[in-house]
Amino acid sequence: MAAVTADQTAQAGADRPEGADGALEAAFDAAVAADERIEPRDWMPDAYRASLVRQMAQHAHSEIIGMQPEANWISRAPSLRRKAILMAKVQDEAGHGLYLYSAAETLGTGREELLDKLHAGRQRYSSIFNYPTLTWADVGAIGWLVDGAAITNQVPLCRCSYGPYARAMVRICKEESFHQRQGYELLLTLSKGTPAQHEMAQDAVNRWWWPSLMMFGPPDDASAHSAQSMTWKIKRHSNDELRQRFVDICVPQAEALGLTLPDPDLRWNEERGQHDFGAIDWKEFQEVLKGNGPCNEQRLTQRRRAHEEGAWVRDAAVAYAEKHTATHTAARNGEATA
Amino acid sequence: MTATLALGDDALVLSHRLGEWAGHAPVLEEEVALANIALDLLGQARLLLSMAGDEDELAYLREERAFRNVQLVEQPNGDFAHTITRQLYFSAYQRPLYEQLASGGSAFAGLAAKAVKEVAYHQDHAEHWTLRLGDGTDESHDRMQRGVDALWRFTGELFEPVEGLEIDWRSLRSDWLESVSAVLDRATLTLPAGPQSGAWTAGAGRQGIHTEPFGRMIAEMQHLHRSHPGASW
Repeated sequence: MAAVTADQTAQAGADRPEGADGALEAAFDAAVAADERIEPRDWMPDAYRASLVRQMAQHAHSEIIGMQPEANWISRAPSLRRKAILMAKVQDEAGHGLYLYSAAETLGTGREELLDKLHAGRQRYSSIFNYPTLTWADVGAIGWLVDGAAITNQVPLCRCSYGPYARAMVRICKEESFHQRQGYELLLTLSKGTPAQHEMAQDAVNRWWWPSLMMFGPPDDASAHSAQSMTWKIKRHSNDELRQRFVDICVPQAEALGLTLPDPDLRWNEERGQHDFGAIDWKEFQEVLKGNGPCNEQRLTQRRRAHEEGAWVRDAAVAYAEKHTATHTAARNGEATA
Repeated sequence: MTATLALGDDALVLSHRLGEWAGHAPVLEEEVALANIALDLLGQARLLLSMAGDEDELAYLREERAFRNVQLVEQPNGDFAHTITRQLYFSAYQRPLYEQLASGGSAFAGLAAKAVKEVAYHQDHAEHWTLRLGDGTDESHDRMQRGVDALWRFTGELFEPVEGLEIDWRSLRSDWLESVSAVLDRATLTLPAGPQSGAWTAGAGRQGIHTEPFGRMIAEMQHLHRSHPGASW
């Protein structure tokens, strides 16, 4: 965080007239209230910047950690068509990571610094990726439920007050909805397939349903960052609102899939015009968040290992670039003096 | 059939190996780049295998001895330098091969004309990394040289004539040697002096003789498909 503060002081200081903080803040508040976009060179409150960096970093980390549970099935994909779809999906996630790290960079925090924080366990990624992909159907369940929940969360971010984040999200959401349809179609094929395939699909939905509901974060009365983020229009709907929206979308889709959702309390509430659903096990959520999920250790270890084992490659690229820039510069200087 | 399987299996198997990098690449940009190459090759493989029959039956239900890929493409990934070397050697072969096929009148002409553009990118990618690693740090230089040396003996097989492919194998070989030598030289790496194949490896992959790691690779690849006979996916 120290680096963020130092940098933002340097950046904001350049445009900030002495003693005009109050006026700048008022202009920022007015821009946000008028639904205008805040751009990287605009003045912004320190806490707004820090909050965005935290959120974008967590989002970027989720994309790259999220590659692991799905990449787990690339080598075993049961048809070449499915293999191509899955590889392209995992590749898209790497691409999303790139856009999001770049968007965070516009606020003065580089990818390397954010990755170091992830590897040190000081920044989070979405807890959903701490669950294992045990069968091929999990690839479909992730597409349908996890990507579905992510889209429900992320579509409103396309209107987020910070320009670079909002624009990155437009592109990401388009690709995510493609992934979600592919996941749904994978599950549909299994559900209508052999009895063993159907069972595989049902089992995956049973395991992924509750963790997907947890993706919307703690209930509104327990959410640490919600109120301020809503004022700043980084966030536009509450956790519980989005969760309800997701449940209402999934119920008819599950029916069309011929699969059941593992919640005996799930039923239509005529009065509310929404579905009632059972209590979420927040104790499990907290445990996974604390690092005690089935795969926390595995995911972070693989990420750290890939980074450490790749250090010599990154060093080589830097050394090569330096050598060749130096050669060019020397050659140019040589020419100039000759 | 022999030629279709040879080309299709090369692309299928190399794509599979590259897919194993997902989530393990040294830098995020390489996650994207390696997946790109893997997807191009998988696309080629699907077109080719479909020319020979049902793509999934061919990929998932053949035994190890029925695969016709060269041994080079089945070699395990090793470190990043090893993977780059494998890609350099293979792309430097596939590009002139497809160029020749594209300008010929065989059934492969259309496919090769499209694929050659993809392969040009694969080769470019491999050459850039060969330069960076060869002429980067001492460590990267040593690793790259080890990759170049270790995979050298699998390169002779690339120029064994394949029945059904109208290729000038001699010029293919000289194109290959010219581009590989040039990039190794610029990368301050040494072109290996040893034989490009032993008596045992020459042409062996094309005859269905593979190396031990290949058996485990296809066991993993085929396991799920084979566990549900007749199922659709």
